[in-house]
Amino acid sequence: MAENKKDALIHDHNKDGVDRRGFLKCMAWAGTGALCVMQGGVMKSFSLSQMSQMGSKAASAGELSFVQISDSHMGFNKPANPDVAGTLKVAVDKVNALATPPEFMLHTGDISHLSKPEEFDTVDQILKGATPKDIFYVPGEHDMLNDDGKQFLERYGKGSKGAGWYSFDKKGVHFIGLVNVLNLKAGGLGTLGHEQLEWMEDDLKHLKHSTPIVVFAHIPLWSVYPEWGWGTEDSAQALAYLKKFGSVTVLNGHIHQIMQKVEGNVTFHTAASTAFPQPQPGKADSPGPMKVPAEQLRSVLGITDVNYVQGQQALAVVDSTLA
Amino acid sequence: MRRSVSTTALIAALGIAFMAIGTMRRSLIVRAQSKHESSVVKIDNFTFGPGTLTVPIGTTVTWTNRDDIPHTAVSTDGVFKSKVMDTDEQFSFTFPKAGTFPYFCSIHPKMTGKVVVH
Repeated sequence: MAENKKDALIHDHNKDGVDRRGFLKCMAWAGTGALCVMQGGVMKSFSLSQMSQMGSKAASAGELSFVQISDSHMGFNKPANPDVAGTLKVAVDKVNALATPPEFMLHTGDISHLSKPEEFDTVDQILKGATPKDIFYVPGEHDMLNDDGKQFLERYGKGSKGAGWYSFDKKGVHFIGLVNVLNLKAGGLGTLGHEQLEWMEDDLKHLKHSTPIVVFAHIPLWSVYPEWGWGTEDSAQALAYLKKFGSVTVLNGHIHQIMQKVEGNVTFHTAASTAFPQPQPGKADSPGPMKVPAEQLRSVLGITDVNYVQGQQALAVVDSTLA
Repeated sequence: MRRSVSTTALIAALGIAFMAIGTMRRSLIVRAQSKHESSVVKIDNFTFGPGTLTVPIGTTVTWTNRDDIPHTAVSTDGVFKSKVMDTDEQFSFTFPKAGTFPYFCSIHPKMTGKVVVH
């Protein structure tokens, strides 16, 4: 469908103030340790050494700072990364070394690899070593295996509705955690479902349009690459509810690589995995774990640091790799 | 003389009977083997292979995951639903009725396949 084509990153030409060449250049650097920052709709890049500078600048503005990690896949042990616990620990060290201590963390799903209790336990244990003690989770499809997400809900779903969706506020920013990995249909993409969409519409109803919104969910809410299931079939409805807000940031995981797109007031961002990378859209037969030389592995895994500066439209999203 | 003729005939008859049983047995084994070969679905590279598997009623189909990522086999119409299969794990289902049974991987729903039972 024409609309889906427009949504795909490669067809987004200059309508959002982001030059495609500039973005791709940034993407290439991301693998070796440079950072791409969206500030007020403008893409800036910094080397890792400049990051502490950025951090202290943001701190002086006195606002909100949090970290997104994703796709820890605890239990995965194939050649692409035989030690996902080790790389998750490195990610935690990275979080703890940030100049501005983040207030909390978001985990955008695929916490476990096979929904096994010991896998969830191991992640919980490793994340206990992180400075931010508040962690908010949304499930990935790997967290809902064999029990339709009962275990996920027991562990991380307190106060949530339905399959685990919820919202909360931090320093005037409204956060919405969505679940788009349940009730997947044959041949389909991620799905939010009628009940969740109705809840979301109601949740946003009484908010001022100047409230910055952060939506986080596992599968991308924009059509990254439908052929590989990298999209959500009913996200258009969710985005319609968000249209009236001046600043919307959508944080996703699932694709195990950093991708970013700006469309009007909405910045979409996907995080790297802390476990293993996946190929770029169409660059391989299938979206499976991608093997890279061992010494390069940590440079394709990473964390995302997000800063909210009051008065600026877009949140500053800073990706950094584990190497 | 009559007794030896009838004994020979008996032995010959028995011999033919045993040979016939042997042949039957061998063809049964051959048929069982080919039934086994044609009732396996290999999962690899995010694909069910073969995409469409045609089998006779009563066949047990076995899905084997050879991919480096877990998959499932879930019937679109609720006929069968595997637990998650990690690499080298299997799931089997016996089809008692004729029909077409589309299925997919519930973790990667773009992966689809079909079992046709006749």
